[in-house]
Amino acid sequence: MSNEIFTLHVNGEAQQVRDSWLGENLMDVLRDRLGLMGSKGACEQGECGSCSVLVDGHLVCSCLVMAASAVGQQVVTIEGVAPVGSPSDVQQAFVDFGAVQCGFCTPGLIMAVHGLLERTPDPGDTEIREELAGNICRCTGYGRIIDAVQQVAVARRTDRSGA
Amino acid sequence: MSIIDRTTSTGPRYGALGTSPTRPDGIAKVQGTFEFSSDISADGCLFGATLRSPHPHARIVSIDLSAAWKINGVQAIVTAEDVPGKLTYGLISQDQPVFASDVVRYVGEPVAALAADDPEDARRALDAIEVTYELLPPLLDPELAISGEFDPIHPDGNVIRHQRIVHGDPDATAAIVVEGTYEIGMQDQAFLGLEAALAIPDPGGKGIEMHVATQWLHEDRQQIAACLGFEEDNVRLVLGGVGGAFGAREDISLQVHCSLLALRLGRPVRMAYSRAESFLGHVHRHPAQIWMRHHANADGSIVKIESRMVFDGGAYASTSSAVLINAITLAQGPYRCANAVVDGWAVRTNHLPCGAMRGFGAVQACFAYESQMDKLAAACGVGPFDIRLLNAMTTGDLLITGQPVLNVAPVEECLRETNALPLPDEPVGGHALLDGSMDAMKLPGGAGRTADVGDIVRGIGWGVSIKNLMYSESFDDYATARCRIEGGPDGPTVFLKFATAEVGQGFVTLAPQIARSVLGIDRVELDQIDTQVGSAGSTSASRQTWMSGGAVNAACELVRSLIFEHVAAVHGCPAVDLFIDHTDVVDPTTGRRFDVAEACADVSFDETAVYRHPDTSEIDENGQGNCHTAFAFVAHRAVVDVDPELGLVKVVQIATAQDVGVALNPLSVMGQIEGGIAQGLGMALMEEIIQVDGVIRNGNFTDYLLPTFLDMPPVVAKLIEQPDPLAPLGAKGVGEPPCISSTPAIVAAIRDALAQAGINAPLNRVPVRPGDICL
Repeated sequence: MSNEIFTLHVNGEAQQVRDSWLGENLMDVLRDRLGLMGSKGACEQGECGSCSVLVDGHLVCSCLVMAASAVGQQVVTIEGVAPVGSPSDVQQAFVDFGAVQCGFCTPGLIMAVHGLLERTPDPGDTEIREELAGNICRCTGYGRIIDAVQQVAVARRTDRSGA
Repeated sequence: MSIIDRTTSTGPRYGALGTSPTRPDGIAKVQGTFEFSSDISADGCLFGATLRSPHPHARIVSIDLSAAWKINGVQAIVTAEDVPGKLTYGLISQDQPVFASDVVRYVGEPVAALAADDPEDARRALDAIEVTYELLPPLLDPELAISGEFDPIHPDGNVIRHQRIVHGDPDATAAIVVEGTYEIGMQDQAFLGLEAALAIPDPGGKGIEMHVATQWLHEDRQQIAACLGFEEDNVRLVLGGVGGAFGAREDISLQVHCSLLALRLGRPVRMAYSRAESFLGHVHRHPAQIWMRHHANADGSIVKIESRMVFDGGAYASTSSAVLINAITLAQGPYRCANAVVDGWAVRTNHLPCGAMRGFGAVQACFAYESQMDKLAAACGVGPFDIRLLNAMTTGDLLITGQPVLNVAPVEECLRETNALPLPDEPVGGHALLDGSMDAMKLPGGAGRTADVGDIVRGIGWGVSIKNLMYSESFDDYATARCRIEGGPDGPTVFLKFATAEVGQGFVTLAPQIARSVLGIDRVELDQIDTQVGSAGSTSASRQTWMSGGAVNAACELVRSLIFEHVAAVHGCPAVDLFIDHTDVVDPTTGRRFDVAEACADVSFDETAVYRHPDTSEIDENGQGNCHTAFAFVAHRAVVDVDPELGLVKVVQIATAQDVGVALNPLSVMGQIEGGIAQGLGMALMEEIIQVDGVIRNGNFTDYLLPTFLDMPPVVAKLIEQPDPLAPLGAKGVGEPPCISSTPAIVAAIRDALAQAGINAPLNRVPVRPGDICL
């Protein structure tokens, strides 16, 4: 097993990856090599979305991406969304509107919702459901999550019209 | 969906009972800093892995570890020979080996475990262990297990429990008789946070600390200590962050294996299951076959039920005996029934072991009795709503065990309030898009091979259920909590300590609410959840709001009485008269009010309380006895769109009214209702573990289908708030009911749609597959 050192750009910083084996997936490298434990692994086959991160702005399941293939690309993880203690509007809305129970799916969903609202500032119910259908939540039945997303959309619209 | 906003000027202050404060762990969870058990590590920690049987039934001829020891990085390998204490474990009977030594009884049974420097080393070493098996014929048919014609596959025999219920006149009959045979598939809890633990041995190896995601710290500790040959005090458990549970963490999985490796090496060892291993490593919802016959008068009033229930427990007992008792004792549903003959079996086979999952036996029974209620309605010429209303149980009515239902029992209110909720305003097939085309996402089948809107038929179905809360059959069921108050320059702080497993349900939100209401103090901190306090019992059976909530309430009340004595001494008023109003201590004799925070500026009180519910009884050979503690009720109405040609179903709406006693945190209650309904929808339409010849065929999230955002419809809910005088806070547990009768409601709605299309499909089995509808 050949180990090589390579560099990933994660949350705006260049990070040297050591002791990784070629072919290791991005999720494991983020968690086990770089100590970024916010991305969660629940299926390791791209079905649940818990490990979602942005690679060059595209939402991906980090368990399905070979870490070495992300060299030269910008990776954003849940740790890069907002500073600790200063949650983003999406993060705060999840807490305020009951979208969090066990919380295991939450980091991946936060990534997906940020991506959704940037592409579609005023998503309808079907758009929210379709865009987030790659993220499984076993606790909430999704209702409070949809409510949280809609609350953020409304708040951002109010901000825009007020500005 | 609007949440009841009770934070009015006259209502409770924000953060107290009846309001919906945010979760104390919420910000950490949304920012990814919350530490789940699978995120925990330690310096110098090794990685454990488990070797599992590939056969459903085989004799172990030999285990050759020599090749595995040659893999670089392997530090320890343990088998049954290395278990220093009790060789078996289990929740009710200890019938499951820590490691199989002579015989393996299911695909996935642990045979050995090892620890290595790296997970990849561990995986390759597992591959190098050579186990020679002599294959044995597997017992896969529950009826064969009952028959006695198959040699026992376990020293405890092939029948885990057999229990009859005979109530009233067993020979009673009536004008209308309907019957059916129903089948429930094996469901997986499918929590997202996989099994994981970190074991840290004490220096000298005389004890161990384990950080683990579980539902019941003290039960885990008892089983771990027994297998390690330790006193319980030498095993300390700390709750690792739990990514959901739903019953699957009530039994231990990797706890003993991980501990053994850590003790063997004198180093911390971490174990974490993959999804595939998780499907093998925890118990599942019992598959069941239920025959049921109802006798009723011509008007539809039930005279007698008969049933035979067979639950496949798989290879080891786990909680099968308790699951069976729930099913048979609740076989009448939330309906009056004077006569009954029920025969229940929980049997052992070479399938995956089954045990606790949300609803715990009530789910299987409910699919049968609710399907029967619709048959009865049709036979009597009344509607599905009316037949349920006619038979609805109320306080004082008897179960078929002879036990009176003493709790508030608002079955009629649940039905009427559900019926009053608006039906969906969307037309069949959903609203068209702006360009006039159909919205594929609203059609049965979604964006795949979707239905033509002209073929779609809409149906409506009902499901109503009863669930027992807390533990039954004379189990010593209690919870412990400690309340400490410490004064300080900027006001007092309340510290709460308990061993209650927070698995996502929100007890960490509720416990401070209780303290705020009882003590009138807003600043509440939670101590670490571990075994350094008495047991809280399991986070299961919808019991923690009632039990641990009762214990926190009791501990806070003890502290409150000390505060009253303190205030009385300082201000010269009678302590016995004082009470808390918002954040004041009030002396009603003079009308004087004292700010609690000021009164507690320099106090320090520390009290621990245990809450126990009243004793329950065993049941006798006829299934008679007051075996349950309390009951909760719920009604569901499902609206579905069905394409009969393709067998595709889109659930359009679920309406529900649930008996909650009091909504202590309305937002949390809503989360339980919606989340439970999603699991009921999964059971109705998509979720089943498939085993062929004892081998699991879909142990992954590609093939085991879970409801997504697109599968789950809007839920409209009404909370029926009738405080239960028997509950310490007036509140009933709310976790299980939503997933019990949502399943039969959806299936009934499909049957209704098919009937309108002129198709008579029995749909006697869940999950309903497309072929059950269209073939």
